[in-house]
Amino acid sequence: MSSLWDRITGRDRRSASQAKERLKLVLIHDRTDLSPATMQSLKDDLITVISRHVSIDPEAVRIEMSQEGREQRLIADIPIRPAQRRRAG
Amino acid sequence: MEAKVITITSGKGGVGKTTATANIAAALATDGKRVVCIDADIGLRNLDVVLGLENRIVYDLVDVVEGRCRLRQAMIRDKRLPELFLIPAAQTRDKSAVTPSDMVRLCDELRPDFDYILVDSPAGIERGFRNAIAPADIVIVITNPEVSAVRDADRIIGMIEAEEKGPARLIINRIKPEMVRRGDMLATNDVLELLAIELIGIIPDDENVVMSTNRGLPISMDGKSKAGQAFRNIACRINGEQVPFMDLEKRDGFFGKLSRMIRPGGA
Repeated sequence: MSSLWDRITGRDRRSASQAKERLKLVLIHDRTDLSPATMQSLKDDLITVISRHVSIDPEAVRIEMSQEGREQRLIADIPIRPAQRRRAG
Repeated sequence: MEAKVITITSGKGGVGKTTATANIAAALATDGKRVVCIDADIGLRNLDVVLGLENRIVYDLVDVVEGRCRLRQAMIRDKRLPELFLIPAAQTRDKSAVTPSDMVRLCDELRPDFDYILVDSPAGIERGFRNAIAPADIVIVITNPEVSAVRDADRIIGMIEAEEKGPARLIINRIKPEMVRRGDMLATNDVLELLAIELIGIIPDDENVVMSTNRGLPISMDGKSKAGQAFRNIACRINGEQVPFMDLEKRDGFFGKLSRMIRPGGA
């Protein structure tokens, strides 16, 4: 049994919620055959290609897998740096 | 009559495929439906013992496929439920003794005479699984609320879709309400969220299942047990009736606790 303090601080993560979180990640991998390493290299390639056309902050790029029913979706969130305004005069 | 073929599969072994097949079949037959079960687990047959028909086997599935007997000769009629029949698996052969097209042909021959044909699939994702789903109109995936069983269920659901036999329906078996309540077992909704397929049944962990299997008497024929009721509910849903799911996660009242103390495993 966990202590009251652990429960209050949320340090007590029940085993079922751990099972669910772990399964979520495992199932994404099983369904898509995309390992975390592949995801990283995909992200690097995307950054390279997009940077060729538009200025982006590589640190701000987010690539995530989302689930809709049994369909997996790759979601890319790539904030674009504001265009440098040419100073008038 | 034009039977529906329902295959029960799981990926992982030991989650309750055979028990579910036997009990759903018995519940459908009790309801007056004509039902035949086919044990597709060649080499590891068990549906015969779970149904209590092991002493009456003369011919098996492979004998039919290889032409050593007629289909009717391999069908064992359950004396307690005259509408229930079993075609047992061969015990001394392996999965390659039967092909997916053999299963389709066999089921097509049975269809005119039955309401339901239930196929008990072997564990795994190989030949035996493909044999079992080949004739299916409906595929039911059974799992337990545990990481390995859920993961394998997901894999098998994907394969059922790839074979264009989907969408599969889900049975969650061996739920321990007490563990779910304290957050130590995946709840029904967690499993549904992960697997994202339609639920057709939830079955509580129930000692009576072991006891009835010991006797070779399907628990769905036992009017009092919770698991038996859960299997009967699944049979009703297969028949197209709207039956609410049992509330396994609610807290027992005083009388519930008392009755569990008096009759452990019962209630």
